[in-house]
Amino acid sequence: MNGWRSIAWNGLWKQNTALIQLLGMCPLLAMSNSVVNGLGLGLATVLVMALSNLTVSALRSLIPYEIRIPVFILIIAALVTIVDLAMNAFLHDLYLVLGIFIPLIVTNCIVLARVEAFAAKNPVLASAVDGAAMALGLTWVLALLGAIRELVGTGALFAGIEMIVPAAHAIQILSPDYPGFLIAILPPGAFIALGLLIAGRNWLDARANRRLRLQREHDRGAAATSVPA
Amino acid sequence: MSETTGNFDPVAPREAGALRISLRTAAIMLAFTVVFTALMAGIYGVTAPLVAASAEKEKLALIGEVLPSALYDNALLDDWIEVPPLRDLGLTDATRLYRARKNGGPAGLVFEAAAADGYSGRIGLLLAVQASGDLLAVRVTGHRETPGLGDYIEPKKDKNKARPWITQFDKLSLAAVTPERWRVKKDGGRFDQRAGATISARAVTGASGRALAWATNNRERLFAAPSGRKFE
Repeated sequence: MNGWRSIAWNGLWKQNTALIQLLGMCPLLAMSNSVVNGLGLGLATVLVMALSNLTVSALRSLIPYEIRIPVFILIIAALVTIVDLAMNAFLHDLYLVLGIFIPLIVTNCIVLARVEAFAAKNPVLASAVDGAAMALGLTWVLALLGAIRELVGTGALFAGIEMIVPAAHAIQILSPDYPGFLIAILPPGAFIALGLLIAGRNWLDARANRRLRLQREHDRGAAATSVPA
Repeated sequence: MSETTGNFDPVAPREAGALRISLRTAAIMLAFTVVFTALMAGIYGVTAPLVAASAEKEKLALIGEVLPSALYDNALLDDWIEVPPLRDLGLTDATRLYRARKNGGPAGLVFEAAAADGYSGRIGLLLAVQASGDLLAVRVTGHRETPGLGDYIEPKKDKNKARPWITQFDKLSLAAVTPERWRVKKDGGRFDQRAGATISARAVTGASGRALAWATNNRERLFAAPSGRKFE
């Protein structure tokens, strides 16, 4: 696998923020009560992580090792503030939807983790791609978690989409008489649904590993039996 | 620090080194702080007027939900008085009350109130009361009621889109509905509540009734008070 593909694969699956590294749980659990909320927070994080990785990587030769953490935090906080202000001024309609999520990104430790683990040691473009890939990995889990909780909790999907796409509206999936299952939308539902997702991922990984092992044993067995005469 | 003294002191060079390193590191930290603070200040300076303009537009849009613009012809946001945090309104901070006028005569009052007895924290309300004492409309501006249960007090979350719960207060006055009847049905009043979430409905009903009574009783003084000043 070449470098770019492995960066993308790490972010989206192998080192997935939400399912493997389990970093940034606070915004993940708090904002995943609907698909639209999950996507909104995820996309805002993509922007901030790409920018913070890019900036730190570009400035990495100027940052003394001893004070790198305070400088990283300063850069991340400044970038989040700038994105917040700029969106409020120039993309006001989108800001009304995403605005509440943006300050939350500062509290997401995955931003600092990628800056420290990747951007401080790698070239600018690779760092920006790594930031975006890590955040996209977070985004799809957030959206899936939001979808599960919203569907189980209310029986519909995409509530609030009209704030982003005015023509669109929520889709009723289950029967309109579905009474709703409140716990899915409340915080405990976030823990339960995330636990199930992590279990599902572990199961997929275990199955893939078992297949690989069987394949190897089979190959070895085949090699042992077919001794050249 | 001078090397010409000739005294051999093994500690001095290391201390000087530590001092130099900390000064240098602090200078770098300071430089980063200054650069990024300047960047933020610059962006703030550029965006502040745009942000203020859209905040004003938003406020007018929210006011437009309770007070139709056909009912007044003055510059609503310029005709205000400051209301202290009154118990009748349930507020903890001073807020602005806007006065709508038509042809110079009093038309309506737009002001904020809050219910402290919601299920989860305060429920912010915006009310428009006509000069006649009729409540034009009330809207929830902020709340943390349980999603899917108590949040029907906000029309956007209300499943009844044709006639959201909160619109049953429209066009009512305390002359038409006595304070004893200004309650949810469960408490012997005239307003519906949804099963399983009476607390949210009771809080909004109580707070809007108290705020309407305050505005009705004080309306003459509220319209007469000089603009841009505190209301005593």
